Amino acid sequence: MKFTEEHEWLRVEGDVVVVGITDHASEQLGDVVFIELPEEGTEVTKDEEVCVIESVKAASDILAPLDGEIVEVNSPLVDEPGKVNDDPMVEAWFFKIKPSELSQMDDYMDEAAYKTFIG
Amino acid sequence: MGELSRTPLFDLHVALGAKMVPFAGYDMPVQYALGVMKEHLHCRAQAGLFDVSHMGQVILRGESYGAVAKAFETLVPMDVQGLGEARQRYGLFTNGGGGIEDDLMFANRGDHLFVVVNAACKDADIARMKAALEPAVTVEVIADRALIALQGPAAEAALARLNPAVAEMTFMDVATIELAGADCWVSRSGYTGEDGYEISVPDAQAEALAKALLDMDEVEPIGLGARDSLRLEAGLCLYGNDIDASTSPIEAGLIWAIQKVRRADGDRAGGFPGADRIFGDLAEGVARKRVGLVPQGRAPMRAGTQIFAAGEGGDPIGEVTSGGFGPTYEGPVAMGYVGAAQAAVGTELFGEVRGKRLPVTVAKMPLVPANFKR
Repeated sequence: MKFTEEHEWLRVEGDVVVVGITDHASEQLGDVVFIELPEEGTEVTKDEEVCVIESVKAASDILAPLDGEIVEVNSPLVDEPGKVNDDPMVEAWFFKIKPSELSQMDDYMDEAAYKTFIG
Repeated sequence: MGELSRTPLFDLHVALGAKMVPFAGYDMPVQYALGVMKEHLHCRAQAGLFDVSHMGQVILRGESYGAVAKAFETLVPMDVQGLGEARQRYGLFTNGGGGIEDDLMFANRGDHLFVVVNAACKDADIARMKAALEPAVTVEVIADRALIALQGPAAEAALARLNPAVAEMTFMDVATIELAGADCWVSRSGYTGEDGYEISVPDAQAEALAKALLDMDEVEPIGLGARDSLRLEAGLCLYGNDIDASTSPIEAGLIWAIQKVRRADGDRAGGFPGADRIFGDLAEGVARKRVGLVPQGRAPMRAGTQIFAAGEGGDPIGEVTSGGFGPTYEGPVAMGYVGAAQAAVGTELFGEVRGKRLPVTVAKMPLVPANFKR
């Protein structure tokens, strides 16, 4: 699993990468009340805003961590945004991306580096 | 930025695991371990304890209550003289343009007037009162007392364990009552839409009182985050967001706070700053009005969201001044200003969120019914 400085996690699953936000991010956000997911089939570029996540406190953007195509989104999250607080690392993944350049993964931190990053 | 001030309950907040944030110059708890959503729901279901010690507490004394009330009426469009002993009322400091300088609570405590003002405005409010009222009236800033609010349907049962006298009070009553060994100035009021109390307690005894309440099963500490969503659902204004120096009380829908005796045809009409504009607004109507707004989708519409009459084209006809998620309402809630023509309950409008116009409906406030003990 890899981690971005934007507090996203990336998990390789066959030829796609599953993306969500970390426990740390979910704690910092507080109770999540709204999620807007991208459309399946959308071509995205790295660092493009692809999701909106709103907590009781504020709205935040989720950035595409890689270039590629959004091949699947976790639609049930839209009706149950609180899952992002309950299980951000597994059940509450946001989208799956088919990367055009898997080597972009190398830019990201491993778990140990991320733990250091968040202190 | 100067040093943040701390309330007498600072150590308790930290011990309770609060997340502290700067607010109006104070280091204040925005949430505790429960989190904003659960704190909000707990307050509506049982009882929540809030530290509001950052607010300004001021005592005005003169020859008599009547003399002080008469002088105070030059600053606010409220009936102060007619306020009964041991009663409290909501008030507004207005400016020469008829805008609102702050909102406040004032109480007739027998031989003096007790005033509670917003933290962010307190220095200006104190200066305003001193300039207008001294020397006939003395303006005593109370710097050695904390202010605690206990709000929610179980507030009476909880506080009555410390002194059953509190149960005898009804909405907007004030009394001096001993609680946990402290001489407290108690009012049956609050800013959540729930029944409850606001308690002015000497600094040295504040933590013991707060702990005595928090030890009770039904009481949880509640931070500023839930305080904001509670007051928003209750349709209550946040000074600086929903009302400000340019807003007239009539635009803000606060006409109920201006008693008849102070209106144009009353026995003590006018005599407060901005009376001309406020009476003009009353007589001729206003161009914009504060309304409740319910987004029809799930996306919250936060402060600053522009409101349009149509799904495409046209200029904005209004703006959200407070908005977020209402945990009790179970959906996004907001309030803001729209053109008078669009202010009728049920009017369907559009709020622009991230470039998209989303449907929003004008709704009656409060969005969650109030639960006061009248």
